[in-house]
Amino acid sequence: MVAHLVRLKLTLLRNGLRRSVWQIVGLVVAAIYGLGVLVLAVAGLVTASATRPDLLPTITVLLGSGVVLAWWVVPLIAFGVDATVDPLRFVLYPIPRRALVTGLAIGALVGVPGLVTAVVAVAMAGVWWREPLALLAGVVGSALGVLTCIVGSRATTSLMSSLLGKRRFREVLAAVVVLPFVLLGPLLSQAKRLDVGEDTLDRAVAVLGWTPLGASWAAPAAATDGDPLGALARLAVALVTVLVLAVVWDRALAHTAVNPPHEQSSTKVRGIGWFGRLPATPLGAVTARCLTYWVRDPRYAMSIVFIPVFPLILWVVAPDSELLLFVGPVTAFFLGWSISSDVSFDGTAFWTHVAAPLRGRTDRLGRVLAVSALGLPVTLVFAVVPAVATGHAADLPAVLGLTIGSFLTALGVASVASALVVMPVQKAGENPFQTRQGSSTAAVTSQLAGWSVTLGLTLPSIVLALLAVRQHSAPLGWLTVLVGLGLGATLLVLGVRIGGKALERNQTQLLAKLVSFP
Amino acid sequence: MPPEDVRAAVPDQPHLPDQPPPALLLQGLWRRFGEKIAVAGIDLTVPAGSFYGLVGPNGAGKTTTLSMATGLLQPDFGTVLVHGRNLWADPVGVKATLGVLPDGVRLFDRLTGAQLITYAGLLHGLDRDTVAARTADLLGALDLAADADKLVVDYSAGMTKKAALACALVHAPRLLVLDEPFEAVDPVSAANIRDILASYVASGGTVIVSSHVMDLVQRMCDHVAVIAGGHVLAAGTVDDVRGDASLEDRFVELVGGRVGGEGLAWLRTSSD
Repeated sequence: MVAHLVRLKLTLLRNGLRRSVWQIVGLVVAAIYGLGVLVLAVAGLVTASATRPDLLPTITVLLGSGVVLAWWVVPLIAFGVDATVDPLRFVLYPIPRRALVTGLAIGALVGVPGLVTAVVAVAMAGVWWREPLALLAGVVGSALGVLTCIVGSRATTSLMSSLLGKRRFREVLAAVVVLPFVLLGPLLSQAKRLDVGEDTLDRAVAVLGWTPLGASWAAPAAATDGDPLGALARLAVALVTVLVLAVVWDRALAHTAVNPPHEQSSTKVRGIGWFGRLPATPLGAVTARCLTYWVRDPRYAMSIVFIPVFPLILWVVAPDSELLLFVGPVTAFFLGWSISSDVSFDGTAFWTHVAAPLRGRTDRLGRVLAVSALGLPVTLVFAVVPAVATGHAADLPAVLGLTIGSFLTALGVASVASALVVMPVQKAGENPFQTRQGSSTAAVTSQLAGWSVTLGLTLPSIVLALLAVRQHSAPLGWLTVLVGLGLGATLLVLGVRIGGKALERNQTQLLAKLVSFP
Repeated sequence: MPPEDVRAAVPDQPHLPDQPPPALLLQGLWRRFGEKIAVAGIDLTVPAGSFYGLVGPNGAGKTTTLSMATGLLQPDFGTVLVHGRNLWADPVGVKATLGVLPDGVRLFDRLTGAQLITYAGLLHGLDRDTVAARTADLLGALDLAADADKLVVDYSAGMTKKAALACALVHAPRLLVLDEPFEAVDPVSAANIRDILASYVASGGTVIVSSHVMDLVQRMCDHVAVIAGGHVLAAGTVDDVRGDASLEDRFVELVGGRVGGEGLAWLRTSSD
């Protein structure tokens, strides 16, 4: 059974690679990435073992716990990243569950993360070569550790899969879980301000060593300290962890096999929402539909969640600095540019627009109005508040001019771009963190081209704004407002017109492409 | 981009003296996807006021043909005339008279059922009161009233199909083009839909449906075309096409591909 499942996984991998060059590129990138992590980790471990063996307990426990935690949590965020061999697909076959569980566990090692984890675990055992007893504890501990990773990840995903089947829950979870990850970098940069002494670290390691996360990695350290009983006790903790996780996985699997997760509908909306409030014209309808989607489609909702992230990061990294003046213009740029993927996000539902007697201009303008209703207030607040808070109230005209200019320009360019190019994006119900295979080239090229064009067209406002702030010149500031507003509005009108024409010309090709995406 | 001469090749109004132009006239439609020629020169005349069935095996080119007939897919060659007007020369004008239910595409499914139908109506330029009244009527007629405020993404396959049908009907088009409208729809709803379509035809509208179910087409439609391999194999009134046989037998005869019943002998004996 094990051999079958491993072979199945390899076959699926090979067939996937045969289907598209970009899958090969993806695998190569993942492999390079994995190899990099691997070399880094192993080299670090070897160096530490040769030069600072006293640091080894700390390093192994922290590294090991981190790896285990990642295995447990990441699949929840990126659910479906490895659903190649989904246990639910075996429901109809007469396979004993024990064999299935074993096979799936071993099969999980096939793949970049599994291999990297296995090799790092071997290295973490190897660093204890000085003492046979510790080495033995290390080998057993590493084996248990790898099992904890794999069985744990399967247990958490199986356990959550009934919850994850519920659309709302999955969408909220995805949004909530990713935020800390985004903020992790800036927060870490602030960590140096907190006084993390070695004592605190040692105490943390000591505690971690008794938890399911770190027990298996802490055993050899205990053995070197002349505490074989402690080592055994930690191994026992690790063993119990694996057993408990295995039972949880097994039970959850048994449950989901006969109670497959199903969508639970809970969302009810009274009336017709924005459609009743905006004018009853095609333009009003497109605007209302886009507004509804900005709130209700998780992919749009994600971009709303991310709006405050950038100012937060800047504020944490560089409070009180002039950099904060860029919050408004940069947010405006990205919000305006966000409608460049509107047609891609519509997906095949875009046929509704193609089949209707709808002018391309109306389609473009509706999307612009929707994002403006949402984005304009936000960007203005983001332009004004940091400027006033950092005592740059005098530079407000320049900042506002640049903000408005980049917003309008980005909207105009995006209106043309999304009438020319569609790319495969994740569908509305899918995990927002899974990028579609093969999307990279088209996406990256069109994004870069669009950004450059937008930047180029905003250049006059950028230069004026920079000069105004540098020279503390009020007239230059007001000139920025004039240029930003005038040039931006012109470009927006042009963008909607040209984009509308392009859309009428291209819409059937765009739709055909959207239909052809997997 | 289509070659310009395709649009100009046929005059907008090929007037035959006394007859009204057909509801839909396809002339020499071709469409290629990469290596595969999906539609290879299809000619089809759908008389105004007919209930027209389009049947064919999987991959015959039905969906491609209907997409080209409704402005969703640009033909490589050929002309589409809707009530005598060239669709690809004046897409916006002609699309206003068309009601479309495509197969294999999504809807704006983050809208509720009521919002989706309202959206379709407003896109076609209806005013607020008309849209509201028709949306309520359609939701009632298609048995969706109880789920009007639920998101379409939470609908079952059959309910989604019905919502899409409502979108195709809301602007009271002169020509309805429905790709597999009965797929996954329950028998009671299917019967209701048949009634709606029949009375629509009786009042002068034209309906084209594609289907796999021969019995349904034989009972429901007055005209039928059999398509296979991107060609029209037979077209005309149902009685003309089927002759003395049933439509299903005639279809199999035309399309071929039946496998003798002697295979899978082992299936008759239990293996334990």
